[in-house]
Amino acid sequence: MNASVEPIIEVTGLEAYYGRRRILHGVDFRVMPGEIRVIMGGSGSGKSTLLRHLLGLQRPRNGVVKLLGTDLGKTSSNARVALRRQLGVSFQGGALFTSMTVGENVALPLREHTSLDENTIRIMSRLKLEVVNLGGFQDLMPSQLSGGMIKRAALARAIVMDPKLLFFDEPSAGLDPVVSAELDELILQLRDAMRMSIVVVTHELESAFKIADTITVLDHGKVLLTGTVAEVKASSNERIQDLLNRRPREVEVDVDAYLRRLTEEEA
Amino acid sequence: MEALLRPLERLGRRTTQVAADIGYGGMLLIESIQLTLFGWRRGQPVRLRMIAEQMRQVGVDAIPIVCLLSMTIGVMLAIQFIAALREFGAEAQVVVAAAKSITREFGALITGIVVAGRSGSAFAARLGSMVVSQEVDALAVIGIEPVRYLVAPALIAMLVMMPMLTILADVAALIGAGLYASGPLQMSLGAYLTQTLLVLEPRDLWEGLSKSVVFALLITLIGISTGFSVTGGAEGVGRSTTRAVVASISALVVADMIFSFFLNR
Repeated sequence: MNASVEPIIEVTGLEAYYGRRRILHGVDFRVMPGEIRVIMGGSGSGKSTLLRHLLGLQRPRNGVVKLLGTDLGKTSSNARVALRRQLGVSFQGGALFTSMTVGENVALPLREHTSLDENTIRIMSRLKLEVVNLGGFQDLMPSQLSGGMIKRAALARAIVMDPKLLFFDEPSAGLDPVVSAELDELILQLRDAMRMSIVVVTHELESAFKIADTITVLDHGKVLLTGTVAEVKASSNERIQDLLNRRPREVEVDVDAYLRRLTEEEA
Repeated sequence: MEALLRPLERLGRRTTQVAADIGYGGMLLIESIQLTLFGWRRGQPVRLRMIAEQMRQVGVDAIPIVCLLSMTIGVMLAIQFIAALREFGAEAQVVVAAAKSITREFGALITGIVVAGRSGSAFAARLGSMVVSQEVDALAVIGIEPVRYLVAPALIAMLVMMPMLTILADVAALIGAGLYASGPLQMSLGAYLTQTLLVLEPRDLWEGLSKSVVFALLITLIGISTGFSVTGGAEGVGRSTTRAVVASISALVVADMIFSFFLNR
């Protein structure tokens, strides 16, 4: 990779706490333009927390998060809004606004951030719905859509402003294999057609290997490895192999602690 | 020792929690005012369409129930006043008693309680479910300040509609009082209302209206801040809705008492 190109995401020494519990331990994370990066890890590995920090929804306790060269911790709220216009996010549950139709949902970023006339907005939002194969569904309410359609509508909303950077939280969660394969295909097309950098958070191995240029494996709030699909598959790290081979963790039981947990009056 | 310390600890936690809630409400208020006045300059305009929609929901839709309840309260007050004043042979004073107590107190209070039940709970439920389904996060990452989109329109709508509803409630309650009292007083409803207008002073109305503005602030900020702080899925939304109604009605009654104390010295 060309060293002179600025990374589109640069995270250094990120630490996050939930109450007193530390969720992220000094995470370093870089994504180059045009890359599809998959963040992988088991439940509770800190994937979602990392994503929330990347989106600027949480302020880092320690460390720096830079998106498109801007330090999220030091921006004014105006600059943060300007930055967010260049991001697209598709949330895990879709997060479509339930009081609006699908078409209005997709058109909302255009309505709020551009001064385009109503006709252009309508055409552009329908265009994006066509991209995600939801042409003609613009007048339905989100409650009338199936799970896969909600994800695709959310994706249409995320890309309506032609973002440079797209985040996708758990694209395949709760979808059947065919639909989730279609979504993977769509993500690849988006990168090729629109030259977006894409960050996908997932725990689905199959889809991760299919779409990823590089994979970051998180475990217990630490980055275990960042590398290509082949590098991850060949890794000798035990936790990574556990994840890849769906091996249950070997939990060592500390007898004293176990007895204490059972007998203690207050946990 | 442990048993002694635990209630103290709980008290301390509650106190800091309440202080934090008040601070959060104040922050929402300041941010809403800023966005309303200067938002358009930052590309974050508060939309008139959304304010109008909120006005319809909190104001226009509440008109029937506010009128009905106020009129009932008016009748009730007239019954009680006449019963009490008859002992002194001063039934005619019911006009003054009803007019002052309704405009200063009951109009605003009844409106406040109805709106807290209708809209305070709606704010909490709507925002709560939006937090749970990540819609608030989605707004933020689209580059729309959630306060501008969700809080400011509701606040403005409430600040406009509450005084209007209060005036309506005053009128309905006075008519209610007149409907009952015109019998025992042996006068027509028209004569009763003319008498009422004669005894009313502007400051009676102002007292009720200034209260209603404070009630509007309390209901909106409590409803919205409890909605924003929802955790724990659907059950959390339910809990926060209940809490919003209870807290805003309590705050309303306490604020009413404080106002009455200072305005009637």
